[in-house]
Amino acid sequence: MRALQVQHNVRRFGAARLLSVTSPKASARIAPVHLRNVDDPPEPAGLGWSKVTTRLAGICGSDLALIDGHASTYFEDFVSFPLIPGHEIIGELESGQRVVIEPVLGHAARGSVPPWESAAPADGDDYAHLVRGHLKPGIQTGFCCSTGGGWAPWFWAHDSQLHRVPDDMSDETAVLVEPLAGSVHAALMATQHTNHHLTDTESPIIAVLGAGTMGLGAIAAVRGALPNARIIAGARYPHQMRFAKGLGADVVAPGDELSRAVRRMSGAHRIGASLSSGAHATINAVGDSASIALSINITRPRGAAVVLGMPGDTKLDLTPLWHREVALLGAYTYGTEHIDGADVRTFDLALALAERIDAERLLSATYRLDEHVEALAHAASAGRRGAVKIAFDLREDH
Amino acid sequence: MPRPGFVLDVDRSTPPMLFWHGERFSLERLPADRSRVIYPAESFPGLEDPQSAIRDALENPLDMEPLRALLHANMKLTICFDDASLSLPKMRRPDSRQRIIEAVLDLAAEAGVDDVHIIAALGLHRRMHDYELRHVLGDRIFDAFAPNGTLYQHDAEDPENLAVLGETDHGEVLEINRRVAESDLVVYANVNQVAMDGGWKSLVTGVASYRCLSYHHNPESLQNTRSLMDRHHSALHHSIWRLGKVLRDSGPKVFQIESTINTDAFPSPFDFLSKREWEWTARDRMTYLATAKTLDRMPRRAARKIFHGIEAPYAMTGVYAGFTESVHERTLEDVYRQHIVEVEGQTDILTLGVPFISPYNPESIMNPILVMCMGLGYMFNMYRNKPLVREGGVIIMTHPTYRDFHPVHHPSYIDFFDEVLADTTDPAVMSEKWEKRYAEDEWYRHLYRTGNAYHGVHPFYAWYWGAHGQQWAGKVIIVGGDPTAVRRMGFTPASTMDDAFELASDVVGRSPSITHLHVPSVLVADVK
Repeated sequence: MRALQVQHNVRRFGAARLLSVTSPKASARIAPVHLRNVDDPPEPAGLGWSKVTTRLAGICGSDLALIDGHASTYFEDFVSFPLIPGHEIIGELESGQRVVIEPVLGHAARGSVPPWESAAPADGDDYAHLVRGHLKPGIQTGFCCSTGGGWAPWFWAHDSQLHRVPDDMSDETAVLVEPLAGSVHAALMATQHTNHHLTDTESPIIAVLGAGTMGLGAIAAVRGALPNARIIAGARYPHQMRFAKGLGADVVAPGDELSRAVRRMSGAHRIGASLSSGAHATINAVGDSASIALSINITRPRGAAVVLGMPGDTKLDLTPLWHREVALLGAYTYGTEHIDGADVRTFDLALALAERIDAERLLSATYRLDEHVEALAHAASAGRRGAVKIAFDLREDH
Repeated sequence: MPRPGFVLDVDRSTPPMLFWHGERFSLERLPADRSRVIYPAESFPGLEDPQSAIRDALENPLDMEPLRALLHANMKLTICFDDASLSLPKMRRPDSRQRIIEAVLDLAAEAGVDDVHIIAALGLHRRMHDYELRHVLGDRIFDAFAPNGTLYQHDAEDPENLAVLGETDHGEVLEINRRVAESDLVVYANVNQVAMDGGWKSLVTGVASYRCLSYHHNPESLQNTRSLMDRHHSALHHSIWRLGKVLRDSGPKVFQIESTINTDAFPSPFDFLSKREWEWTARDRMTYLATAKTLDRMPRRAARKIFHGIEAPYAMTGVYAGFTESVHERTLEDVYRQHIVEVEGQTDILTLGVPFISPYNPESIMNPILVMCMGLGYMFNMYRNKPLVREGGVIIMTHPTYRDFHPVHHPSYIDFFDEVLADTTDPAVMSEKWEKRYAEDEWYRHLYRTGNAYHGVHPFYAWYWGAHGQQWAGKVIIVGGDPTAVRRMGFTPASTMDDAFELASDVVGRSPSITHLHVPSVLVADVK
């Protein structure tokens, strides 16, 4: 089949990284990702594998980080090359049933014993299974050479990864479910941490930095989880500001005004670069050093700063973290959420959220696989170009 | 004898007019045969011996006993004085306030008064820096009073040191500095640069609380103030005078000392600023060109430093003392004598060159809100009877209107610009929706009380100051202003004066009549 394949080529990763600063298009050209004829991946060992035909597959920040060489070396042992990226997928089973993929290749997919009976693929407190079992290393579909990924006409998915898409949900909405699941997970982490610090009459303040797909999703998820929350969003571009407001942010400010906006809402004092108090929790959907430092400085002492999406190599002065006793939490993906004493799958919450917010409007443009240079360049500069989510469209009739 | 102010009708031979453009200048040619320029009177000569004029005023006050007779040992004497918002630019030392207060202290010492407090009547303005206090009061007063804590600045947010003296028949509560309220005698040392200043306004705003100020510093009062320079037609002043009556009836004895200054605002090499353009000599033109080019090339911060470093060669032109209302009437006569220019009728457009300074940014940055305050508040209000521009006409201002704020002096202005103006530019709406939150914000309160920040509510007051002009004008255009900042304030940006006239034509047609208010110096147009 013809698929977009990434090979492990250090020199090309380096060149792509350099060029990404000045020209996303040139970076996409030089990156070691090519549309080529690849051997069909054999069905993985074990039970429960299905062939999934890709309909739409989104381009995520982590895909771009991998391709343009910004990904952390931490992941070197958690991925296997050559790989076919793509983990934000709406696909179709041979039966015709449309599914979205929960891409984590968890215990069940790898033939290991799950941490508990109904555990989601990402649950558990031991990641050993990610590099063991009958699959090559790979944290997710799209990062594992055994399964393939969504930037191909088809790939292998395990039963534990499949979520049925309601008939009345469009492909364009469904392709947003996976990133929204990440947003929901981060939002729940933030809101649950917030609850420990609130009086009965107080409305929590949640700050969300970044208004790309995941940041916008986090705003919508916080609004859903905590209707009385006061949400402040940091957004750079006008369309992001509009979406942030529309999805539930009470106040939207450019990134450089966010600290002041949080101060105003919380009634805090400003002490140097930080606030005396601040947001009960902060969700960082940017991931760079400056934004993480800002997140800590605008979160009230003993609040939580949740890092959503994949951060890179960052340099931080951790003194404020230490002094403010802010919990810096990573929000990698999704799994099983514990809400009001019940266990709920994040993906089920994300499917509901996608429907509620009409997530289709966040899908800005789609490309065919052979237009991958333009697609990757567009995704890399989505905010500047007025876009949110870019995806590949592999449907034959489109 | 200085020449009086006059109105120049622009014809083809009229040279281009000087416009302030913040820390820069420009020369703009106004359309011939339908433009006029209002020039102020030339600066009046100063008093030959200000010191003896002050002594004479203290010995021969209006409708009060001489100050000497009011002073006695074991009394509580409080001297209040205008803060750094006056004069603009700051006057050369010795400042009029220093001269007045030194004379008062001499008499107090002779009478054996040893309980003397000196209070900067700054209302909700920023606290003065020590070097500013030294500049205004002189080293002798500063060194004698500051170290032992008897020279200090009014704190409108110190509930322990505020006292309620009574209420007007309009329900306005007079709440002022407790030391002032409980003094046996309060002496006020004023510099009256424009007709708006002085009278009861000195104490009733200078040492009042936020609650007390909010009775008149609000959209309704400012929209019904016609104008700030005519207290008899100013809702703001009416309220202040009502509160003044409460002060007179229920408060301490007040001995008001008001002084006036001439209009010598700029020293050499800026003499050309006070000359009429067609009278510029070759040397003036060269100086203008050299100054303008240098300023154009200079970083804004450096230009700002130069301008704020200017010490004006103002001279005292009069001094009166005694009962506040009697004193103020005499002061106003002098001020109007210097400032009034009679003008026939209104025009479709008013052009204003907005300078680098307003009363609220001494030694600081003229942020966009202050540009609005200066243009639509102060400069537009430089009239008696009716505005220079017709209702629904266009006001064109020149200023870079950079989105630049002094973080120490104007912290709440930054938030006001980001938050409040993004929501509304309507004074009534912002007053209702936002003012309280800013007024009661603990951080702003802390910075006002302990740092050098204007009170949290101050950007609202600055905005309300322009409410009458904003309501009156059909369109406000700012030439050369940062487009984002200009639009945020609800105004229209224009790149050049011609561009501005083109934009104005939507409102006033293709051949509008134009008035240019020549600044400097100060004038009040008496529009018939």
